Amino acid sequence: MLLLFRAVIGRDLRLAMRRQADVVAAMFFFIIVVSLFPLGVGPEPDQLRKLAPGVLWVAALLATMLSLPRLFADDYRDGTLEQLALAPQPLGVVVLAKVVAHWLIAGLPLVMLAPVLGIQFDLSNDALAVLTLSLLIGTPALSGIGAIGAALTLGVRGGGVLLSLLILPLYIPVLIFGAGAVDATVTGLGPQAHLSLLGALTLGGVFFAPWPTAAALRVALE
Amino acid sequence: MLEASNLECLRGERRLFSGVDFRLDSGEMLSLQGKNGSGKTSLLRMLCGLTPPANGEVRWRDQSITTLGDEFHRELCYLGHHNAIKEELTPLENIVSSARLAQEKLDEQAALEALACVGLLGREELACRYLSQGQKRRVALARLVHEKRALWILDEPYVALDASAVELVATLVGEHLRRGGLAVITTHQPVRVSAERVRELWLDTDDAAPAPF
Repeated sequence: MLLLFRAVIGRDLRLAMRRQADVVAAMFFFIIVVSLFPLGVGPEPDQLRKLAPGVLWVAALLATMLSLPRLFADDYRDGTLEQLALAPQPLGVVVLAKVVAHWLIAGLPLVMLAPVLGIQFDLSNDALAVLTLSLLIGTPALSGIGAIGAALTLGVRGGGVLLSLLILPLYIPVLIFGAGAVDATVTGLGPQAHLSLLGALTLGGVFFAPWPTAAALRVALE
Repeated sequence: MLEASNLECLRGERRLFSGVDFRLDSGEMLSLQGKNGSGKTSLLRMLCGLTPPANGEVRWRDQSITTLGDEFHRELCYLGHHNAIKEELTPLENIVSSARLAQEKLDEQAALEALACVGLLGREELACRYLSQGQKRRVALARLVHEKRALWILDEPYVALDASAVELVATLVGEHLRRGGLAVITTHQPVRVSAERVRELWLDTDDAAPAPF
């Protein structure tokens, strides 16, 4: 089972390397959305500092949405998903591996970009560190929860929009605790409580989401 | 070994087929015939367990395939309409990675031999998007060479293939049957397989007498 897990991750990473345009597009989307805010709301440092956590987190959610529709769509279209469903192991394990691969491809780059982009908002070092940490803890939940939506909208025409409508509301807790952690640091409350809750959301999202996702995939394959 | 009883397929409001019964034993092949839209692919997907039948049951070694689950999948090789290959990967990478995903042990040497068998040696380092339709189909067919599974379910295996590849598939199926394997095949072309027993099953929505083959 571990072998299969590694095989799926390895294959997805290799495919992403051959198709770098997708990965780079989501990253640039993140950079541009975040950079538009200081230009739009003006250069007052106080205002920017207040906006920063929310802006970076919302941009991270949207950038994740950009890459989610393709999580299963390619495998579905070329028949690989059928073969994975017929492979002699639980489909949930395959989904979990694909979620991990999706996070490595789409989530981790956002985490690494965040501290650099945070400088535009005049965030303190502490706040930058917490922002990065909150994204590191929270983005796997985005991939996990998003997988459910990607599976439910598989093969649906205009699935991308439907996916956003389904999934963005489910991202609200992640957004609240993620942005809240940075706010709490700025106001001096300490981010531990928010980060713990974020960690709980991620554990729940990553380890429970694969099973409903697998069920949705089986329905899509019927 | 493979047994279907009273299978029924509904697509929306329409009944594609009902009361499909057959039994297939070791070394036998079922050639599934029928017009376009008569439900051949649906029947194959039912036999794999991808689509649950509206009625009836599929049994493998006298047990329902839903209770067998992974045990059944370990003995099944399904080749669908789609080739299940990645355009970005080379034929060699495709074979090795799909073998890994199917939990088959396959080293590079065996993969190269399989590619040689389907006539793609010399193309193994070329990304699959540069291959023709027929060559892509050959990459998919390489699974038949290296996977040793008891039940083959092949949906239109001859699509896009040239005469020599059609011959190759027929040979592979013949060898498979002689080893005691089972095969279920849909095709619009005659299957020249030298098997002891080829059964035919006609799927006809209007219940007209099947035209002689």
